[in-house]
Amino acid sequence: MSNATGKSHPQLAAVFNQDEPRVDWHDETLWWIRQKRDVQAHKLPEWELLRETASQIKNNVLSNLSTYLEQFEANAINNGVIVHWAADAKEHNQIVHQLLQERGINRMVKSKSMLTEECHLNEYLKEQGIDVIDSDLGERIVQLANEPPSHIVLPCIHKKKEEIGDIFHEHLGSAKGESDPKILTETARQHLREVFLTRRAALTGVNFAIAETGEFVICTNEGNADMGAHLAEIHIASMGIEKIIPERKHLGVFLRLLTRSATGQPITTYSSHYKKPQEGTAIHIIIVDNGRSIQLGREDFRNSLKCIRCGACMNTCPVYRKSGGHSYHTAVAGPIGSILAPNLDMKKYADLPFASTLCGSCSNVCPVKIDIHDQLYKWRQVIVKEGYSPASKTIAMKAMAFTLSSPGLYRSGGKMGRLVFKYAPFAVNNGLNPWYKHREMPKAPEESFGEWYSKRKEGKQ
Amino acid sequence: MSREKILAAVKKNQFTSTALPDLEILSALTATSDNLVQQYTGVASAGGCFVYEVNDLEAIKDILRKEFKPGVKIISGIQGLDEYTYASNVMQESSHSFADAELTILASNLGVAENGALWLTENQMNIRILPFISQHLAVVIGKDAFVPTMAQAYAQIGNADYGYGAFISGPSKTADIEQSLVIGAHGPRSLSVFILI
Repeated sequence: MSNATGKSHPQLAAVFNQDEPRVDWHDETLWWIRQKRDVQAHKLPEWELLRETASQIKNNVLSNLSTYLEQFEANAINNGVIVHWAADAKEHNQIVHQLLQERGINRMVKSKSMLTEECHLNEYLKEQGIDVIDSDLGERIVQLANEPPSHIVLPCIHKKKEEIGDIFHEHLGSAKGESDPKILTETARQHLREVFLTRRAALTGVNFAIAETGEFVICTNEGNADMGAHLAEIHIASMGIEKIIPERKHLGVFLRLLTRSATGQPITTYSSHYKKPQEGTAIHIIIVDNGRSIQLGREDFRNSLKCIRCGACMNTCPVYRKSGGHSYHTAVAGPIGSILAPNLDMKKYADLPFASTLCGSCSNVCPVKIDIHDQLYKWRQVIVKEGYSPASKTIAMKAMAFTLSSPGLYRSGGKMGRLVFKYAPFAVNNGLNPWYKHREMPKAPEESFGEWYSKRKEGKQ
Repeated sequence: MSREKILAAVKKNQFTSTALPDLEILSALTATSDNLVQQYTGVASAGGCFVYEVNDLEAIKDILRKEFKPGVKIISGIQGLDEYTYASNVMQESSHSFADAELTILASNLGVAENGALWLTENQMNIRILPFISQHLAVVIGKDAFVPTMAQAYAQIGNADYGYGAFISGPSKTADIEQSLVIGAHGPRSLSVFILI
């Protein structure tokens, strides 16, 4: 459960929860996006068939991934693209660094790529003396604030416009106290235009990579990926091995699902298909494993690799909405992040599968039908079995097992509990009992079912 | 070599092959020829586009004359709109030289009614950066070029060869600041669509 700050999800959530109006605002904003998703989904009578089809395509991908990866590589090379393979984050970062070094480039513009967040690319390149500017508006904001994104689609969803105004005043010279989103966006536009026009290297993520053609697709609303890539002499595209889809026509399924699920738009403004490099420029693709092939081998968890990173599971999650993305202390927050992260480091992320009510809303909205809440439940079992479960839970569970294994203890414990609830609720409703924290305890009945049943049997009732 | 290592690990861990699903049902369910232009116009307008139905290129010129001051840099990828800088004449210039373009006018042969997306390949863009770097973008498309959904759109694209292609569904936009929609993030501040009827 250790991380940069050494704090677990409940501890970090407690910090976020100190500002109650902000929690309410965060909760409502994300729920509003969830509702926009519903409006779009309900407009399509074939929505459920689309989800099922997408899920089946991904099943096929995961069962033939090695073939598709080789096919994609061969076609990409045929298109004049250079393909690299990285076993882990370190190798990925080194490849990027080397590509820049070979050209004597020390400044790069980067559009949204959660993979590079996972690999901590920016920090690595900074250490090598390379300046990276994130060009997605939300990512630029959190970058200037020296924070990671708190949401994979909406990186600064936790920030108020006044705070963004302060950041822009300090770094980009906007007027003090200016918080109008239109004016702040225009400030960023002017600042980033200069960046696009002066950077010789651009890095982007990849939404879909098509085995059949060797092309890859990037989706943005801002146009920042294209502005960076088309103005640079080298375009580096980083992708996880699971981004592959078999054929171009399958985009006709995924592009219908992605943005409707993500932000409730029918499609992003730009869905850009990169097949061959522009004359005089180069495209390099880095195919990254970083633990994905291990996840593929975990039967209970391999479906998590179907994820198309829409963020719908976060927007709908009652725990995410009320605890904020940063409390997950991992690049991909929320329900999907909580089933991906333990694969990378079970000890460090042992707390995350417990950051869920298992209500199942995530699985219901997932456009590729990942059984997210089932996997969260399964991870809990694996984590406990492997001995990584959070300490407070282990003690409580042991006490519970001890009590439940002895009928005498169970009966006296139950009686004691009812008396405590009745006469001394403060004894359980206090800071020492984490379980009570956000729960209203029920009113204790006068007698237990067991007591009532014996009385009834004895004809007293 | 990481390539071999990754492929071997994937091969070892991938499970028994499952077949690809049939996409025909989805195509059939969504196939319709009803009011595609009308549906497109509704969706595109909601997405921040200005949609005009025009009879000919002259009508487009009239509208553009009203919207854009004389003397601004306008680049046209359409032969009939010849009073502007013709894109294929400036293809050798560097992408950066279009930073001061006020308007770019390009053609599309494929529009999608369900989401307002217009398909443009590199051939129609002439230069990849043009539809992104310009302050404003206009696209000219025929009334018969619309399909109901992305399913039919990819059926039409088929296995066409292109270096680069993009679906563009509106002006560049962002809602990253408190979910307030702002038009004009990094790319064009407006998208005007001229449907030739």
